[in-house]
Amino acid sequence: MSGISRRKFLAASVAAGAATTLAGPKKALAVGSFSGYPDSMGVLVDLTRCIGCRSCEAACNKEQQLPDPNLPFDDMSVFDQTFHHGTQKRRTDESAYTVVNRYKPEGRDPIYRKVQCNHCAEPACLSSCFVNAYTKTKEGAVIYNGSVCVGCRNCMIACPFNVPAYSYSSAFGPVIKKCIFCYDTRLKDGKPPACVEICPQEALTFGKRKDLLKIGHQRIQTHPGRYIDRIYGEKELGGTHWMYLSPIPVEEVGFDPRPGNEPIISHVKDFLGVVPMVLAIWPALFTGFHLLAKNQEGHDDHEHETGHQQGSGQKHDDEGGQQ
Amino acid sequence: MNAKQILTTLMMVLALIVVGSTAMAADMPEQVSLDTMVELFDAVEFDHEMHTELGEDCSVCHHHTTGTGTTDDRCISCHANSDELATVACVNCHVIDPFSSEQLSQKSQEIYRFHIDKPGLKAAYHWNCIGCHEEMDGPTGCEDCHARTPEGDAFYHKDATGHADEGSNH
Repeated sequence: MSGISRRKFLAASVAAGAATTLAGPKKALAVGSFSGYPDSMGVLVDLTRCIGCRSCEAACNKEQQLPDPNLPFDDMSVFDQTFHHGTQKRRTDESAYTVVNRYKPEGRDPIYRKVQCNHCAEPACLSSCFVNAYTKTKEGAVIYNGSVCVGCRNCMIACPFNVPAYSYSSAFGPVIKKCIFCYDTRLKDGKPPACVEICPQEALTFGKRKDLLKIGHQRIQTHPGRYIDRIYGEKELGGTHWMYLSPIPVEEVGFDPRPGNEPIISHVKDFLGVVPMVLAIWPALFTGFHLLAKNQEGHDDHEHETGHQQGSGQKHDDEGGQQ
Repeated sequence: MNAKQILTTLMMVLALIVVGSTAMAADMPEQVSLDTMVELFDAVEFDHEMHTELGEDCSVCHHHTTGTGTTDDRCISCHANSDELATVACVNCHVIDPFSSEQLSQKSQEIYRFHIDKPGLKAAYHWNCIGCHEEMDGPTGCEDCHARTPEGDAFYHKDATGHADEGSNH
């Protein structure tokens, strides 16, 4: 009798395991196929237009009420700054959510590239955050809730663009800091971010992401020779909401030329998809095993008392001791 | 088309040319104050008369709106013979707030609009001015054309005196 129930139990366990294996990838596929909110906004950055005036940095500083800069925003000596033995140009930090860097391709005028959060359609920072501090809004911004951030810095590692920065200066409660597309003060009211509004050259074009793609392709088409035939961010990493038109191959202005078109989450979704299954199934599974084992002991006692089946020697000893 | 119709058409064309040229001569300003967006920088007093003497023709800056034709390959198929418009100021086409929600929603409603990538006023000024000035060795620095206001000084943190901190950038 106990043999039959054990067989039934094991069969059920196998079925549950099979269900886990089958259901896992199916759910994970759904996660990776998000094509973006329909009317979400974006910015098209045209590197052929930027003159490196750094007004966007100043506007960001004012709008986000960031600390005073070390050097004035019209001081162009910052373009000569390098870090880590000259291997790295300026990057965003807790006091600057955007920075402009200068590149000097051989045989042509310098090219300036603004760096800020690219507001991915499927953000790796969001996927990596275990306290759900990040949100992708329907307007297109990737925002975060600093009050729940525990400072683990997973998002800094996850971000393919090295954007999230850490408030190292804060002794108590350091958190992540990054560009939020001016969501709180502008984007949610339909206004362009401060950097876009200040730009004297319209190097930054604000609009619906789908319209920006049309505009970008039109610019490439109507200005032969001016751009390479690529909108960086159209497809890269599942698509970003800040996209770039460049006159030269993107690796020459500091981009990863082949980040792949899959969002970062696709690389981990198969594994991550199984985690909830493990959490849901394993407690039940092992509780079942435990109960079965326990039940077995119950049978032993019962059967020993009724005299139908022999129990273990240990059991006899115990019972003998009790009597 | 009979002789009378041809004559009428010719008369009308002639009248338009006369009216157009007199209007152009009469309306052409000597000085234009570019002051619609004054905040961080003062207005630019643009010497229109001097610039008209430099330019080969009006279309270099005014595209197809002054009735002088256009030589730009991208515009010529539609605007080779465009008439002079009633108003030819930059701001009549290039809006001050190209990215306001009103402008963007208007843009997405006009699905047959060809000019989907028209720059705003600020960009139109700067492209025209800086582009030409670079070629002709004109002034190209911000304050070469417009003086910064006290608000501008504060905005750019003119008084920041610190030094670049090599260690801060992780």
